[in-house]
Amino acid sequence: MLTGLAGLDAGKISISGIDCTGNPKAVQHLTGIVPDESNLYPELTGFENLCFCAALYGIGKIERQKRARELLETFGLTDAANRKFAGYSKGMKRKLTFAAGIIHQPPILFLDEPTTGIDVASARQVRQIIAGLHRKGTTIFLTTHYIEEAERLCERIAFIVHGRIARTDRTADLLQPVQGKHVIIFSVSNSGDNLTGEMASAFPQYQFQSSVPNQIRIESGEPVNVGPLVRFLEERKIQVTEARRHVPSLEDVFVQVTGIEAGLMRREKEKAGGNQ
Amino acid sequence: MKRWIAFSSIFVKDMRAYYLKPPNVSWGIIFPLAWTGMFFIRSGMGLESVLELLPGVVTISILFGTTSLLSVTLTFERRNRSFDRLLLAPISLELLMLAKTSDAILFGIVNAFVPIVIAAFLVDLSGIAWSLVIPAIILVGIVSTFLGLFISVSASEVFEAQTFSNFFRFPMIFLCGLFFPILSLPIFVRWLSYILPVTYGVDILHGAVNGEHIMSFALDFIVLGAFCIVLFLLSLHNVKRKWIL
Repeated sequence: MLTGLAGLDAGKISISGIDCTGNPKAVQHLTGIVPDESNLYPELTGFENLCFCAALYGIGKIERQKRARELLETFGLTDAANRKFAGYSKGMKRKLTFAAGIIHQPPILFLDEPTTGIDVASARQVRQIIAGLHRKGTTIFLTTHYIEEAERLCERIAFIVHGRIARTDRTADLLQPVQGKHVIIFSVSNSGDNLTGEMASAFPQYQFQSSVPNQIRIESGEPVNVGPLVRFLEERKIQVTEARRHVPSLEDVFVQVTGIEAGLMRREKEKAGGNQ
Repeated sequence: MKRWIAFSSIFVKDMRAYYLKPPNVSWGIIFPLAWTGMFFIRSGMGLESVLELLPGVVTISILFGTTSLLSVTLTFERRNRSFDRLLLAPISLELLMLAKTSDAILFGIVNAFVPIVIAAFLVDLSGIAWSLVIPAIILVGIVSTFLGLFISVSASEVFEAQTFSNFFRFPMIFLCGLFFPILSLPIFVRWLSYILPVTYGVDILHGAVNGEHIMSFALDFIVLGAFCIVLFLLSLHNVKRKWIL
């Protein structure tokens, strides 16, 4: 709706003080879009694609060629400048699509899954560029399945579930309830039905959860004393095969806010096709 | 100036990416050549049939030249979502669609001159009213392109666009008076001729080349112009309705 590719159901839109309700063209010179698909022109070279995208914003020939060269350099694509887009690798396509979205130097940028499906080095480079643009004053709307990416890059985050905003807040404020929490995860030979209840009675200072089979999550505001817990389990013939510390993150907040469990989130991420 | 930069870039990009590709250039030359040869041989009347056939062959060259490529390019760009890039640019939808169609119009006009150049080697063309032929060719080019645009916007796949195009194009060969006078058509299908825009262009061309036309030139031009405007506005309406969610 903000980009102008979808109509409004209700309400009004104002960008940079310009009311663009029903007239997205009024602000399209202010916005840049990097879609989730690398949708440049396969028959044009990387350089031609960038020049063409700049021309759509009315940028003159000399200036657009200069900007295209600079962006190719920034994204490490100078050697591939004269190769057709169709022959680019997936990572190169994503990077060139990103470059095409910012060639007109928009003050507002919409990024849809900018690092999905690209190699670790390219994803890292793209994140650095996003952070750099933000430092220079660009307002960035980032849509991502990678919650760590949002945590690392965003100042404000909105959790969207089934097309509706479940919660929106500053990243620091979202993280505040889980910061300072101590979480230990036990891998055990058996995590029977009443085990967490029994443990909660024996250790009321801790909170216990067993949402994943053969795993017990122990949460506390203070450091967890592992020894008595292990002994408690061993007395009940339950082997503790591993105990590891879990640093609470935005993902925990997301699970708390949305009720979507971690396993489902992981599957969603895998479906999104990333390798990070 | 900014709008001109955007318009010319889209025009040049499409020309290079689609229209000037060797298969399309050869299609633009071979197709009118084949139609000219076929009708000339079929007529069996010798060189005197050239002028009689010329309006029909010119029209068919424009019709196929404009609609074929436009339907493919638009549907292809829509399918790989590169068309979204154009919709997101700060140029009006009217200017964008004019830029996307201007190559097809030019391609159709160039196609029209292939049979004319061939005819120039065979018969004397000095009797032709060029002041009518040239605007008629331009208007038939525009109206055929906008018809192709209207069809393309209704299709979501390339094959669908091609099928819809043929659904209109082939009946038009018979119904628009290209090679048979519409007055010789059965009365119950004749009304179809009058609702097809190409009929009016062919009427002008027959009048300008052979002096035989059934409507006044002024009416032909007005109706052709009206069809251009209506088809373009309908296409814009459909783009907004179907391509902008």
